[in-house]
Amino acid sequence: MHAKLSLVALSIVAAFAFSACGQKEEPKPAAAPAAPAAKPEVVVKLGHVAPMTGPQAHLGKDNENGAALAVEELNAQGLEIGGAKVKFQLLAEDDAADPKQGAIVAQKLVDAKVNGVIGHLNSGTTIPASKLYADAGIPQISGSATNPKYTQQGFKTAFRVMANDVQQGKVLGEFAAKQGVKTVAVVDDRTAYGQGLADEFKKAAEAAGLKVVATEYTNDKATDFKAILTKIKSTKAELVFYGGMDAQGGPMAKQMKELGIKAKFLGGDGVCTPEFMKLGGEAAEGNYCSLPGMPLEKLAKGPEFKERFTKKFNADIQLYSPYVYDAVMVMVDAMKRADSVDSAKFLPAIGQTKYDGVTALIEFDAQGDLKGGAISIYQYKGGKLEYVETLGGTPVELAKAEVKEVVAEVKDAAKAVAGAAAAVGKEVAADAKDVAKHAAEAGKDAVKAGAEAVKNAADATKAAVEKK
Amino acid sequence: MDIFLQQIINGLVQGSIYALVALGYTMVYGIMGLINFAHGEVVMIGTLVTITVAGSLINAGMPVLFAGLAGLGVSVLICMALGWGLERIAYRPLRNAPRLTPLITAIGMSIVLQNLAMMIWGRNYLTFPPLLPKINFELAGAHFTAIQVFIVVVSGATMAGLLALIYRTKLGMAMRATAQNPAVASLMGVNINRVIAAAFVIGSALGALAGVMVGTYYEIAHYQMGFMLGLKAFTAAVLGGIGNLAGAMLGGVLLGIIEALGAGYIGDLTGGFLGSHYQDIFAFIVLIVVLMFKPSGLFGEKTGDRA
Repeated sequence: MHAKLSLVALSIVAAFAFSACGQKEEPKPAAAPAAPAAKPEVVVKLGHVAPMTGPQAHLGKDNENGAALAVEELNAQGLEIGGAKVKFQLLAEDDAADPKQGAIVAQKLVDAKVNGVIGHLNSGTTIPASKLYADAGIPQISGSATNPKYTQQGFKTAFRVMANDVQQGKVLGEFAAKQGVKTVAVVDDRTAYGQGLADEFKKAAEAAGLKVVATEYTNDKATDFKAILTKIKSTKAELVFYGGMDAQGGPMAKQMKELGIKAKFLGGDGVCTPEFMKLGGEAAEGNYCSLPGMPLEKLAKGPEFKERFTKKFNADIQLYSPYVYDAVMVMVDAMKRADSVDSAKFLPAIGQTKYDGVTALIEFDAQGDLKGGAISIYQYKGGKLEYVETLGGTPVELAKAEVKEVVAEVKDAAKAVAGAAAAVGKEVAADAKDVAKHAAEAGKDAVKAGAEAVKNAADATKAAVEKK
Repeated sequence: MDIFLQQIINGLVQGSIYALVALGYTMVYGIMGLINFAHGEVVMIGTLVTITVAGSLINAGMPVLFAGLAGLGVSVLICMALGWGLERIAYRPLRNAPRLTPLITAIGMSIVLQNLAMMIWGRNYLTFPPLLPKINFELAGAHFTAIQVFIVVVSGATMAGLLALIYRTKLGMAMRATAQNPAVASLMGVNINRVIAAAFVIGSALGALAGVMVGTYYEIAHYQMGFMLGLKAFTAAVLGGIGNLAGAMLGGVLLGIIEALGAGYIGDLTGGFLGSHYQDIFAFIVLIVVLMFKPSGLFGEKTGDRA
């Protein structure tokens, strides 16, 4: 009887384990209905899916915050689309980062007749869900699913506002080669994201002349990596690349150190988070990771977005929330241009997006991928992620950032000139003419300098384009 | 060779953690034949309470050792209360219900506790304060730390302590009597409710201890950490013969070592056909084989017709 019970219990546990224990989050109740207005009001339902439970719940919450912020701001604008006042409603669902659960909540959103879907967070859940959305004709924009497959399935409804892993893997592979190492070990967490990124990294690393001496695997719930790391140690790899998320990457870096492995650690966007450094501690220090896009501080709307976000949620941006915010904005922008909230009508407009978002100037290629997505490399330094360089992508964003700096310089110069002129004017009231002439000349010089700077920036851009 | 030795050490430490958790499962099972699936969550709460207590004491400038002991003490007390509460609320009313009913309640309690912890401690990963000094040893090319030695010693000592409790004390005698036949034991003047509550309280105190060990070792905690750990520990308990303390210990260590060797050598053995993510195959093949030939587990006693 004992044994039988054990077996029954085992199978129940197994069923329990594999059915994943995600609890759905209740959709946010709609705010109190607005006072009766002359104009009709339409409620636009936007689905949002990310893991709100499980090992990646912290990232899921971050995504949801990004979407919630966008929806709140849009509602405050009181938009009118198709002659009616629109009110956006976010239906937030939890997929627990589990592909099966992802498909279930996707079906739920389809049944709820959402106008569009933002998400999911993980490639592993986004890819199976995208078929359901495509069949129902519901546009889907993911802010973080980077596996190339997502947009390669030929669905007209699938878009992403982040560079994919072909681009990221390539940059990381080439970056690893520049680190002066000859042999690398690759570990991935067997999710669509981790595996996809690791495969692309491997291709690029081998193309750059590196030797992949070990390929090991773990899963996205593991905490102990000593067994695979011991094996990697025996191959004497000089760099360990991890395709996966921060919750595993951090402890992995730490356990490498405990085992006396001196190899460098390198990872993609999944480990490019403050959480990784918290979990990796000293072991994170000095290593590198990459993130699609440009650092927020370097973007025109970045710092201001960061401020709004932290003020609203009293939490730091973890990772993808700016991208999710942009994803919502891009979808609504398409609705505005199509002057319709009907999925079938605004879907074509998404493809023609040209939206200046927080994270980038967003345009899609024919597949639904972000055009010219850049990849930035960061270094963990002093408990912070320090920006190193931006690689790949079209240099539009880079040039824009540079031009922004130059314009600021010119403005400062002009201000100084005006100030000086005013001072001089006060002191030598008699020689007003001279002063004016001086000021004009100084102004001319400043403008000339500014023009030159702009020209330099343009040259740099051109050179960069040619280099590409 | 040093790699093989390292894998054995990895497995031994991992296995000792499984064993510590498995002791809690097996203790409750041995007395009342109930699998307390919420035990993994008790371990998780033990870790998280220690983080809160020890972390705030360290921030307040207390010495690390004192903070660690205080954290352990508080979390043991809280987990004991939790264990008592679980038994009182979720299991006692169902004591005479069909066997599967308390099993489902246990799973329900596990989900309740997870969500409760998520509400209290949030979704983010928490870092466990380093309570033990980081001393590294090297033996024939294999690396290990003071914490790892500590974990193996503590789980061994805990098992010895439990054995002494069961076989040398009056409470232990009452527990054994209750395990054999609750009705007769109660006729002999044993307070069944008290004995079962004691089993839960002691099991949960062990859970808290295991939680502190896990936290110290991985220096990371999360509201979901108890689930997989509980699952593996339960497997270890079944492998060793659930209800048997020495069996839980042996099952845990065995499972840990099989896993480590599996992850380390499966790729080479299958010529790269199966990667290290198939490490659990070995563990479960061993489990199935053991259960086929010895359905009560390695050390499981023939319990005859009691169940």
